[in-house]
Amino acid sequence: MTEQPMVINDPASFDFRVNRAALVDPAVLEEERARIFDLCWIYVGHESEVRAPGDFRTRQICGRPVILCRDDADRVRVFLNSCRHRGAVVCREAEGNATHFTCFYHGWSYDRAGCLDGVPGRSAYPPSFDPAQFPLLEPARVASYRGFVFLCFDPEAMPLETYLAGAREYIDLVIDQSPSGQMEVIRGVQEYDIEANWKLLVENSFDDYHLLTTHSTWLDYLRNAGVEMKRPERGHLLPAHGVGRALGNGHAVVDNVNFRGRPVAKWIPIYGEAARPEIARIREELVARLGEHRAARVADTNRNLVVFPNLVINDGSSVTIRTFHPLAANRMQVRAWALGPVEETPAARAIRLDSFLTFYGPGGFATPDDIEALEMVQAGLATWREMPWSVMTRGMAKEGEQLNTDELHLRAFWLEWQRRMQMAPRRGVEA
Amino acid sequence: MSAPLLARSDAEDFLYAEAALLDEWRLDDWLTLLTEDARYWVPPNDTPDGDPGTTLFTIADDIHRIRARVTRLKDPAAHAEYPRSRTRRMIGNVRVEPMAPGPAGETQVLVHSNFVIWRFRRGERVREYVGHYRHTLRLAATSWRIAHRVAIIDAMELASLGSVSLIL
Repeated sequence: MTEQPMVINDPASFDFRVNRAALVDPAVLEEERARIFDLCWIYVGHESEVRAPGDFRTRQICGRPVILCRDDADRVRVFLNSCRHRGAVVCREAEGNATHFTCFYHGWSYDRAGCLDGVPGRSAYPPSFDPAQFPLLEPARVASYRGFVFLCFDPEAMPLETYLAGAREYIDLVIDQSPSGQMEVIRGVQEYDIEANWKLLVENSFDDYHLLTTHSTWLDYLRNAGVEMKRPERGHLLPAHGVGRALGNGHAVVDNVNFRGRPVAKWIPIYGEAARPEIARIREELVARLGEHRAARVADTNRNLVVFPNLVINDGSSVTIRTFHPLAANRMQVRAWALGPVEETPAARAIRLDSFLTFYGPGGFATPDDIEALEMVQAGLATWREMPWSVMTRGMAKEGEQLNTDELHLRAFWLEWQRRMQMAPRRGVEA
Repeated sequence: MSAPLLARSDAEDFLYAEAALLDEWRLDDWLTLLTEDARYWVPPNDTPDGDPGTTLFTIADDIHRIRARVTRLKDPAAHAEYPRSRTRRMIGNVRVEPMAPGPAGETQVLVHSNFVIWRFRRGERVREYVGHYRHTLRLAATSWRIAHRVAIIDAMELASLGSVSLIL
């Protein structure tokens, strides 16, 4: 680490600052790889993306190529996508169904459970050569919570459920949209790069302070379409009440009363009159299954959840899973999917997807402006030597509730980031 | 093969005129090329043949959202396009295919074409959107209108293209 402190937190004098070196310095990124990405639970994919034995997806996670797949025992597996022989990527397709993963270089092949079961010209190896010693390697830990599959490269890590802490309550709220508790990733991935530090997207994903200014064109779009946009009370910048909460272990959330419509289940004029009965039917099912109180919690609030360090689940105009990995100190790769209940009718599914696109995604009415904002921050951060500090004190002088437009939740992320950056890195990585 | 309902050279003229309007940011004029039920789609890179009812698209606008998109893009608060980018579109390999009539029995043709759209902004790298268009052109009274335009990007992922903040 560099000599300077990266986060200054002095509640007594209402001071909270982030050193901008944390957002621009390649040396900081190298430390993050060892102290955060190699030690935290990291989202890989969703169980619904590999439904049948042999189904697989390949993706880059923490800079490593991995295979997410389902084996013949119907277990979801994660393998490092690299041949035990010379290291070549064994599966080069983005997705599919396979009986084997075969490295094309020398032909070593692995079954769905990762066991090496094919070695061309095996007789030339010494008698001591034992294929059982060379399965596709798995990360130290793999676990799922309610369909969300995570890996962890730290064998000593706490269990996933413990790690998720208060974030579990918010994942459960998303899952409660489904009568059977089964959500699925919908076909179609949005995959794009942002020329900005990855932590800027953490901040942006639940920074409601920027909504009014960065997304005025989106708010105008809602207003022009007949959505109720009055501000409810003094002190609120947005048309509904919302709070920011820290959930432990660096996870945090903004938890807002909905104004922007929800496929489950709050109709707005943008959905069209024809959609009203469908949304009402979904609402009735929710109330019958969960009771009025819980149904209202599911249907009438929207929540942007950050699971430390790089998973965002936004349950807003639709549900989006968004994850991102740094490619450089000033560049990240973003992937986003839509999530929906498996039993959703075609009409409801269409509303969900259409609703997603009004705000989210690289062609939406809001995300392109977020990308622009983050890239403008990164461009401005070239002045980091002259202006080393970013201010993050909103709400600090308040007793009690912190609004969604305050910054308690951002501070929670940064405090955990600081704590982990001060801890020892994983064994074998030089400090 | 019977004579096409729209000569290729006429289809080319139509697409070139559309491209010029978009390059010149004459977005209100561009809207006049569209039918009252027009749709504009950009499918996701991993599912170019998907349907927006079952697949998460990059863009799947009906006419209302196309108009809202234009309203947004004309607003200086559409930060991703302010200051506005310069674009230059090249269109080629135009093919005209017959297709089923429109909802009121109107004559329609499907026009395939390839595109390259370069996007320039001050201080930024050049972005190059390469792909193909599928325009459904509908004969309305005496002129052709766009009932459906699909812009399919060839890139495997958007990656360094970033967002699709302009109208492809």
